[in-house]
Amino acid sequence: MKNRKNMLPSSFQVERRDDGGVILAIQGRMDADRAGDMIRGARALLAQGVPPSLTVDLGEVSYMDDFGSLVLLELREEMESSKGGFYLKNASENIQRVLTVFQFDKARRDVVLAKKPKPNVFERLGGAAIDQANDMRYMVSFLGSVCLALVHVILQPRSLRREETLLTMQKTGFDALPIVGLISMLLGMILAFMSSVQLKQFGADIYVASLVAVAMVRELGPVMTAIIVAGRSGSAFAAEIGTMKVSEEVDALFTMGFDPTRFLVMPKLIAATVMVPLLTMFSDLFSIAGGMLVGVFMLDLTPSAYMNETIRFLELRDIVWSFVKSGVFAMLIVWVGCLRGFQVRGGADSVGQAATSAVVSSLFLIILADSIFAVIRVYWG
Amino acid sequence: MTRNAIIKVRNLTAGYGEDAVILHDVSFDVHEGEIFVILGGSGCGKSTLLKHLIGLIPPMTGEVIIDGDDISRCNEETFHRILQKIGISYQGGALFGSMTLAENVGLPIGEYTDLPPDSMAALIKMKLGLVQLDGFENHLPSEISGGMQKRAGLARAMALNPKILFFDEPSAGLDPVTSAGLDNLIIQLNRNLGTTMVIVTHELASIFAVAHRVIMLDKRVKGIIAEGDPEYLREHSQNRFVKQFFNRRAEA
Ligand SMILES: Nc1ncnc2c1ncn2[C@@H]1O[C@H](COP(=O)(O)OP(=O)(O)OP(=O)(O)O)[C@@H](O)[C@H]1O
Ligand SMILES: [Mg+2]
Repeated sequence: MKNRKNMLPSSFQVERRDDGGVILAIQGRMDADRAGDMIRGARALLAQGVPPSLTVDLGEVSYMDDFGSLVLLELREEMESSKGGFYLKNASENIQRVLTVFQFDKARRDVVLAKKPKPNVFERLGGAAIDQANDMRYMVSFLGSVCLALVHVILQPRSLRREETLLTMQKTGFDALPIVGLISMLLGMILAFMSSVQLKQFGADIYVASLVAVAMVRELGPVMTAIIVAGRSGSAFAAEIGTMKVSEEVDALFTMGFDPTRFLVMPKLIAATVMVPLLTMFSDLFSIAGGMLVGVFMLDLTPSAYMNETIRFLELRDIVWSFVKSGVFAMLIVWVGCLRGFQVRGGADSVGQAATSAVVSSLFLIILADSIFAVIRVYWG
Repeated sequence: MTRNAIIKVRNLTAGYGEDAVILHDVSFDVHEGEIFVILGGSGCGKSTLLKHLIGLIPPMTGEVIIDGDDISRCNEETFHRILQKIGISYQGGALFGSMTLAENVGLPIGEYTDLPPDSMAALIKMKLGLVQLDGFENHLPSEISGGMQKRAGLARAMALNPKILFFDEPSAGLDPVTSAGLDNLIIQLNRNLGTTMVIVTHELASIFAVAHRVIMLDKRVKGIIAEGDPEYLREHSQNRFVKQFFNRRAEA
């Protein structure tokens, strides 16, 4: 008995009638601050045994809102479920109006907010497969529309948005110079240092120069640059187009008679395809400089000997090849970045997903393309 | 009027920097328990004024006092206390895109009350029911129409039954029937819970249905050109722009 009393909030006064019925008088405010306690109190009261009837006296209630009506709802539902009577007493006109506004008569507590049914393993597997297939279809059709837009721009160069293209060139190319330079230089130094440890044993220090040059120009330069551009610009393309999609700007473009692909993708495509090979060249230079630093200061090579060795091993074909490769990487980055942007549906969170997915897909495509290039090169001799 | 002023605006100069002053030296009171409507042509600074009233932008000069506390010169703790007294429905809805409507409305309720989960579900359902959104609890904001987003934003604003509710164009984008339902809801909440309402709207029908008092802002004077009972202003105001506002629309 004592225990139960302790669990009831101080605003509850319980009186038991001779016929077993209970009168519950509530005092004070019934609002957001107190509803939680009152509901728990109501549960505690009825957990001790449900009376044949419950009368709630609201005479002393000074304020009631929908949180208060929630407390009454709790009591009513409990009473109804055990076929007991439930009555309100002394409800002021104001309280009655509040209960009407919040539709107390119709309200139900046992509403479960229907969670979206969780699909089982097979449904999810099938769903993912269908999504993949649709994704592929959209990829191909987007590729088609990019090609058409490209043809259009080549036939009518005036239709390219020149200022936008220059701005994108600056953002993708020029602004990336410091980070590309730094990373390439460090990479050149690491390569030189690691290989010198081995080559020193054979007194073949001088070959450090050719190793750095060939490794960087043929493979690492284009790939590293593309990875940096994918992280910096690919994600930005996806986020930009995705946000435009969410705020219906893409629809607006379309209905004004612009081709969204031509309008949004072409400047990026042209800018990146021009700038990424230049960045790659820049990266090659810096990595050779990095290798030379190690060669000169740790291996006691003279700068001229180092440069001679580098030039002797580098073929023009290597440099052209690296140019072509990075051009292709650039197109892939722009294509997949814009694709992810156009695929955005819904709200802000899907823009974030698009940016992530743009980077991951570009990395995959870059590595895939690089291995294809490697195979072609082997057979081409 | 013996009612006390719950919002006091004194010599407020509002804007976005020295060369973008939108309102110059305005003063007015909002009384406790009234429905106060801010009128004016598009771009005259209604949303800007609202942002100053709720402390999103600090005043350039002057002060905004809400329930006794100066909103721009109080400490963090007081500011949070003020924020709990007010609810805001934004011009565009401002729902969280990654949450369902139920989660959007439930966010403040879960944060500031200790209701058991099943009671909370019933409450959320009731709140959404008030703005005629039964059955959309589990939709994402991107899956419902603009007017519906607006109404869900309203349900979120009034989730905790704050003392003061601010609405930025609550009925823009709603059909006349829903809009009238909304006016009705505003009147009911005001009458039964005593909620003070500050509403920005252009809608004449809605102004005459709900407003106890209005102020009208104007771009040209960067301030208030009329204040008072809307019916009285319509009949008796001598100001050309006020007359235009009330009559041009009425004739249409
Ligand atoms: N972030 C901002 N920076 C600078 N000026 C702004 C900014 N936001 C709005 N303005 C200017 O403030 C003025 C008032 O804008 P506000 O949004 O308050 O208008 P409004 O009265 O709410 O109009 P509407 O009825 O169209 O919503 C406009 O002239 C606008 O150019
Ligand atoms: Mg506005």
